[in-house]
Amino acid sequence: MRALASDLPIRFDTVTVRSRGVTILDHVTLQIEAGAPTVLIGPNGSGKTTLLRAAMGLLAPTQGRISWGGIEKSPPIRRGFVFQHPAMLRRSVAANLRYALRAARVPHAYHDARIEELLALVGLAGLDKRPARRLSGGEQQRLALARALARDPVVLFLDEPTASLDPASTKAIEDVIRAVAARAIKIVMSTHDLGEARRLAGEIILLHRGRIVERAAAAEFLGSPKTEQAKLFIAGELLV
Amino acid sequence: MHENASALQLILSGDPALYAIVRLSLFISLSALAISAVLGVPIGAFVALTRFAGRESVIVLLNALMGLPPVVVGLAVYLLLSRSGPLGSLGILFTPTAMVIAQTILVTPIIAALARQTIEDLWAEYRDELTAMNVGPLRRVTTLIWDGRFSLVVTLLAGFGRAAAEVGAIIIVGGNINGFTRTMTTAIALETSKGDLALAMGLGAALIAIVVIVNVLAWAARRVGEQIAG
Amino acid sequence: MLKRVILILAAVAAVAPFPAGQAPAQEKSIVVASTTSTQDSGLFGYVLPIFKQKTGIEVKVVAQGTGQALDTARRGDADVVFVHAKSAEEKFLAEGFSLKRYPVMYNDFVLIGPQSDSAGVKGKDIVAALQTIKAKAAPFISRGDRSGTNIAELKLWQDAGIDIAAAKGPWYREIGQGMGAALNMASASNAYVLSDRGTWLAFKNRGDLVIVVEGDKRLFNQYGVMLVNPAKFPSVKKDLGQQFIDWLISPEGQKVIAGYKINGQQLFYPNANDPSA
Repeated sequence: MRALASDLPIRFDTVTVRSRGVTILDHVTLQIEAGAPTVLIGPNGSGKTTLLRAAMGLLAPTQGRISWGGIEKSPPIRRGFVFQHPAMLRRSVAANLRYALRAARVPHAYHDARIEELLALVGLAGLDKRPARRLSGGEQQRLALARALARDPVVLFLDEPTASLDPASTKAIEDVIRAVAARAIKIVMSTHDLGEARRLAGEIILLHRGRIVERAAAAEFLGSPKTEQAKLFIAGELLV
Repeated sequence: MHENASALQLILSGDPALYAIVRLSLFISLSALAISAVLGVPIGAFVALTRFAGRESVIVLLNALMGLPPVVVGLAVYLLLSRSGPLGSLGILFTPTAMVIAQTILVTPIIAALARQTIEDLWAEYRDELTAMNVGPLRRVTTLIWDGRFSLVVTLLAGFGRAAAEVGAIIIVGGNINGFTRTMTTAIALETSKGDLALAMGLGAALIAIVVIVNVLAWAARRVGEQIAG
Repeated sequence: MLKRVILILAAVAAVAPFPAGQAPAQEKSIVVASTTSTQDSGLFGYVLPIFKQKTGIEVKVVAQGTGQALDTARRGDADVVFVHAKSAEEKFLAEGFSLKRYPVMYNDFVLIGPQSDSAGVKGKDIVAALQTIKAKAAPFISRGDRSGTNIAELKLWQDAGIDIAAAKGPWYREIGQGMGAALNMASASNAYVLSDRGTWLAFKNRGDLVIVVEGDKRLFNQYGVMLVNPAKFPSVKKDLGQQFIDWLISPEGQKVIAGYKINGQQLFYPNANDPSA
């Protein structure tokens, strides 16, 4: 089903992102491969959101190159993004999904079935006629997830998806992420929450002041961190 | 119109002269509104969504043009369309066409400026999602216009209100000719100057009623639209 | 999506049946630049339908002050002018904007003032009345708009030996508007104002106002009509315009003008046959 993982691997070649005189990403070189979820952690302002946006293709690097499956300037056709505060289109839940399906050029005949499937996957079945703006925070996040999945992505980016949610909604989202990951869709996400990183991650990347400080499989990172910053961060002492 | 009838009598008796005036008023204001919408919404969308040199100045200019004095526009259009003027050979001075032109000039900036604000605000909200969904430029514009339709309808109603209330421009370029270019507002001006204040007030009340009806129709259309769209 | 298309089409269809109901371009019509006094008195409302029935020609009247009407004709925006200020009309002729002036009718001016007549000007002598008004600085409304009435008013001040441009004070209010507006203002501020009889008879907002001076020979008010010179503006509809003029001065047209009455009183007196008019 996912035979052509053409957007992967995502390669950052000495990528620097500067904005208004501030360096947000500092000579970042990394490669994201297919497989278990990659979770970015780090203090506020460390560049997590910028890295995710760059990896999605929403912003261009000031210096360096980004490529998807070896291709630079690849449009985000098979990539999905769930924003931290997703915008709800002023229409019903189902219409939001229909919009995403149409944007992804999915043939009209498949829409109804796909909408039903996606709503079931994210746990919003039965809410198809509800105006999207009247959903709760957690429900909106799940709708955003469904929207991003509408295009059958190879990679799914999530920017702090549970940051503003209550524990119940957080669990619901995490369950969906796990279900999505189980379908061999590559998850690349950021989070504030070490616990969430532990629950979801295959590998963890620690960002600090625009640089990758440490990168390791989840158990290894949390059990035996190598760098000073990693130890401080795990201890909750790395704030900026 | 019969000299001594009150406005209510004229309305109830279906006086043809009065109804001709009402029809003309609606024709001119709605035509001007339609053309202004066709011009103003794309202009507003363009300015909202495109980065170009001098963009801020254009926004300030659009907002300022909302306050164009009607009588100045009337004078300018008159000089353009006069037989001694550059477009005199068209022969459209003192016709409803000239009145539609003058009102279009007045209403288009209102539509453009307000549409720009609406679309720009909505774009700020939708930008991330639409970009992530790889939505093309034309699709973006139609999405913003559709999702912003309620604010845009209010914008159109503001434009209509401006056109329906206007008298300074259309009296100059139309000439307030009986049976030909006399609208409700110009008729009110005329009856006032003839001293028939009662009739003038009655016509004024009728004009307000018409504008209210138009707004009610717009509200009703929205309700119907909501029912259909679900 | 389909539903949206239907809604849009419905909206368009709702607006569409609002044609102006304008007659097609083949309809015979002329534009006549005339004065507010001929319009506000109701004369045109009475006379033009009769003309249309006889000839099928639609006369579109743009009513402005005499000065403005002549300027409209100077710009070529009218086919015929029908005004009441002989000196201004003769200047118009001298400038070549028309080839001939035809007298049509006359009425008279009346001095209107508050019933209480605080300045005590009631009488038959307009010059004496104006001198009294100035002496007592009684409020006076002037149209100030180069209309026929305004031109006549200024001439009367001259006849009274008063240089009004130098002598005017806060009591003399120039409003730059038509006769109806001037009467409204006089009614609202209990002031004196010079009006043509036709507009006064048709005026409805009299308040406390009455005629205080009438019958003075100097209050005579002559109306003339002219065809705009087609040599200056080829777009002038000279045949239709001349038809209108010919009808106005014909015995039939003159009879129609005389037939216009308000409350049994005749407003305009035809005198196309008077060579000195």
